[in-house]
Amino acid sequence: MDLASLFFYLFSFIAVGAAFMVIAARNPVHSVLFLILTFFNAAGLFVLLGAEFLAMILIVVYVGAVAVLFLFVVMMLDVDFVELKQGFLQYVPLGGLVALILAGELVIVLGGFIFDPHFASGVGAAPIPDIAEVSNTKALGLLLYTRYIYFFQAAGLILLVAMIGAIVLTLQHKEGVKRQNISAQVARTRETAIDVVDVETGKGI
Amino acid sequence: MGVGLSHYLALAAILFTIGIFGIFVNRKNVIIILMSVELILLAVNINLVAFSSFLGDLVGQIFALLILTVAAAEAAIGLAILVAFYRNRGSIAVEDINAMKG
Repeated sequence: MDLASLFFYLFSFIAVGAAFMVIAARNPVHSVLFLILTFFNAAGLFVLLGAEFLAMILIVVYVGAVAVLFLFVVMMLDVDFVELKQGFLQYVPLGGLVALILAGELVIVLGGFIFDPHFASGVGAAPIPDIAEVSNTKALGLLLYTRYIYFFQAAGLILLVAMIGAIVLTLQHKEGVKRQNISAQVARTRETAIDVVDVETGKGI
Repeated sequence: MGVGLSHYLALAAILFTIGIFGIFVNRKNVIIILMSVELILLAVNINLVAFSSFLGDLVGQIFALLILTVAAAEAAIGLAILVAFYRNRGSIAVEDINAMKG
């Protein structure tokens, strides 16, 4: 067994085990940590597949942003997770049945999967350049910023909408908080802002 | 024994099935359900990258990148909805989410 196979089995076994622990762990914090482990191993698999940029993006986006977001929410919400865990075994038969059917169907599809040599020969829409000449990141950029520029823009738009949506959903308006009212500040005139008082000498206002 | 495309497809299938199973067994806990959805999307990404690598076509990786974007947006929005819901109801149990009588 060569080194690549060894690492494939290492990464995939840990990924599957961690994925199972994500759904089986009692404590949601442990679930999030196992999710992080799963993503790390998936990133390792991506490196094995030659997709270095996606592997690093997976770590940055998922581990750095999404998983930490999950951690924040799990720790911020004061929820009795033991109560939520009750009835766990009650749904195992139904879930197991569906999972078994799904797994069987996937195995049938995979078993019947045959490579068309026409596609396997690398006659794709955008062939992967030699890694010695063009790095994976550069090759992705050359394709993403030219032919798929509209998809790139659409992805940016999705992120913008998600950001605005998350802010709108979680922003609270508390009473009694003094806020800056820019339009009121700008709309001030000389008459409303300045009061000329004729002060008598020695008396004060 | 080299690792072929079918190995990666089998791994993605297992991860996908675990994700579906997680949605079924954790149907009271929205946070775990969201994590299961992330697992499913990860399985799809592994599929896409494996096909991209073995077919020698870079477009699969671009597609995986876009899926990553959508997954991140989905997690952000889902968790924001969760926080807003918790503020209103003080609970995130799925059976309490019935205000719309759906």
